[in-house]
Amino acid sequence: MDNFDNKILKVLKDDSRFTAEQVADIVGLSAKDVQKRIKDMEDAGIIAKYTALCNTEKLSEDIVTALIEVKVTPQMSSGFDAIARDVYQFEEVKAVYLMSGAYDLCITVEGKNLREVSRFVSEKLSTMRDIISTATHFILKKYKTEGVILDDEDIEQQRQVIL
Amino acid sequence: MNYEKYLSKTVMEIPPSGIRKFFDVADKDKEVISLGVGEPDFNTPWCASEAGIKSIQKGMTHYTSNSGLPALREQIAKYLKARFDVEYEAEKEIFITVGASEAIYLALRAILNDGDEVIVPEPSYVSYCPSVIMCGGKAVPAKCYVEDEFRLTAKNLEEAITPKTKALILPYPNNPTGAIMPRKSLEEIAKVVKKHDILVLSDEIYCEMTYGGARHTSFAEIEGMKERTVLINGFSKAFAMTGWRVGYACAPNEIFKQMLKIHQYIIMCASTNSQYAALSALKGGFEDDFAEIKAMVDEYDMRRRFLVKRLNGMGLTCFEPKGAFYVFPCVKCTGMNGEEFANKLLQESKVAVVPGNAFGESGKDFVRISYAYSLSSLKKAMDKIEEFVKKYKKN
Repeated sequence: MDNFDNKILKVLKDDSRFTAEQVADIVGLSAKDVQKRIKDMEDAGIIAKYTALCNTEKLSEDIVTALIEVKVTPQMSSGFDAIARDVYQFEEVKAVYLMSGAYDLCITVEGKNLREVSRFVSEKLSTMRDIISTATHFILKKYKTEGVILDDEDIEQQRQVIL
Repeated sequence: MNYEKYLSKTVMEIPPSGIRKFFDVADKDKEVISLGVGEPDFNTPWCASEAGIKSIQKGMTHYTSNSGLPALREQIAKYLKARFDVEYEAEKEIFITVGASEAIYLALRAILNDGDEVIVPEPSYVSYCPSVIMCGGKAVPAKCYVEDEFRLTAKNLEEAITPKTKALILPYPNNPTGAIMPRKSLEEIAKVVKKHDILVLSDEIYCEMTYGGARHTSFAEIEGMKERTVLINGFSKAFAMTGWRVGYACAPNEIFKQMLKIHQYIIMCASTNSQYAALSALKGGFEDDFAEIKAMVDEYDMRRRFLVKRLNGMGLTCFEPKGAFYVFPCVKCTGMNGEEFANKLLQESKVAVVPGNAFGESGKDFVRISYAYSLSSLKKAMDKIEEFVKKYKKN
C-alpha cells in the first residue's frame, strides 16, 4: 500500500460509487492503474465489502441493536480467538471486537425487537462455555454512525457566500 | 426626507454587489447545491480554537497593542521566512489587521491621493475596485486572458499604466480564476513596476493553496521589490479561520507607519482572542511542519483534478488552475454568458455557481466554481451540470 492506495481508499470510503475513471482523475493516475489497484485491494481483503449505510431510524421495519460486554475465560492455546469465532458464527451478531479494559469482547447484536435480542443473549450467548458474564446495553438512538450524522435536527452551519 | 443630499457621493456611486440577490435566492432553497462559497470547508485547527477559548477563560479580553500581539508578529515573521523566504521585521514592518480585507483598504488609504490610478487585474476579487474608489482613487482594469492562463502579463500591465498610476494590485494565487504567477512572470512584472516607479499591493491570501508542485513565490521576494511592496496575507484560507478575522500587512516602515495610523484610529486592534488563536495556529504549524495545511491542500488537489476533468469532458472548457480553490470554466458553448448560465442553472438544476462578470467585465463568459466542498457533493453537482449542459450545448 502506498500513498495512491490510501487516496483511492479515502475517496471510495466516502462514496464507493465513484467510477474507476473518476477516481483516476481525482488521484492523478490512469484508469487502468486504478482498476488494478482496486482489484488488488479487493483480492487482498483490504476492501472487504461495498455496502449501503442505512439510517435505521427511517426504515419501515424496526431494528433493535444492542452492545454486549462479554467476559470470557481465555483458552490455553488459542486465547480469545476460539471463543470469538464461536460467537461470530451467529447471524444475529454484527460485530465482535476484543477489548482492553474491564471486559473482553464487545459484541453488536441486531434483532427485530427486544425479545429477540434478549433471547439470543439468554439462550445462545450466555450459555456458551467459557463465557463468564454478559452485560447488554440497548441502543436507544443513533445520532452519528460510521462518520455520518443521522440527526435530522442537526443545524448545518450556514456558509455565507462572500466573494 | 431626501437622503441623497446627506449621503456621500463617492459611496453612493459604488454599485451594490449584484451577486447578493442571486445568492439570497440560492441560500433560501434547501435543495440547492451551492458551489458559491469562498471559504474553506475544513475546521480551524483545534489548537487554534482551543487557544482562543483559553484566552477568554484567562480573561485576556482587552485590547492588544495597536499593531497586534508582539509574539504573533514574531511568529508571522518566522513563518514568512520559513515558508516563502521573505524577511520582515516584526516590530517595524508587520501589523495585525481584521482580515486581509482591512489590510487592502489601509494600504490604499495610506498611498492614494485624489485621482491616483490603481491597476487591478481582471477578473479578480470583488472588493479591490470599490476600495480604490472609496480611497479617492481610480481603478484601472488590466485584462487577463485564458490564453495566458489568466496571468497578468508585462504587456497588459504596461498598456494600463498612465502617468497617474500609483500602484498595482497583484492578487495571486487568484480568486476567481485559480491562476498563479510563477517566478518568471513576476520578474517580468517587476521590470515594468520598476521602470514606471509604482508600488505593488500583493494580496497573497491563497499562498498556501498551490498545486502540482508549484510553490507560491512572494512578490516581495523578487529582487528590488520588497521596498515597493505591501504584502497582504492572513489566516483565513491557510488555516481555515475566515470567521476569526485575522489578517496582516507587511510593508516598508514608512508605509507601515501611515497604515498603522489609520488602523489605530478606525479599528484600534484586531480581536484579541482571534490573535491568540492565530498565534497558536502558527506555533502548531511549526510543530508538525504544517502537516494540517498539507493535508488540506492534498484534499483540494483531488477535488481540483476531478472538476477540471469533468468540466472539460462536458464541454465547459477550463484551464487547469494551479492555485486557490476555484475553477473558472467558460460557458460559451451553451450559447449563454456566465450570468444567463448561472441563473438558468439555478432555476432548472438547483446548482448555484457565481457568474464570472461579478469579477469584472472580462469574466462575462465564465462562471466561478468553488471546490471548498466534499468530493461527493461535487460529484452530485457535476452530474447535474452535465445534464444541464447537454440540453443547451450548441455544436
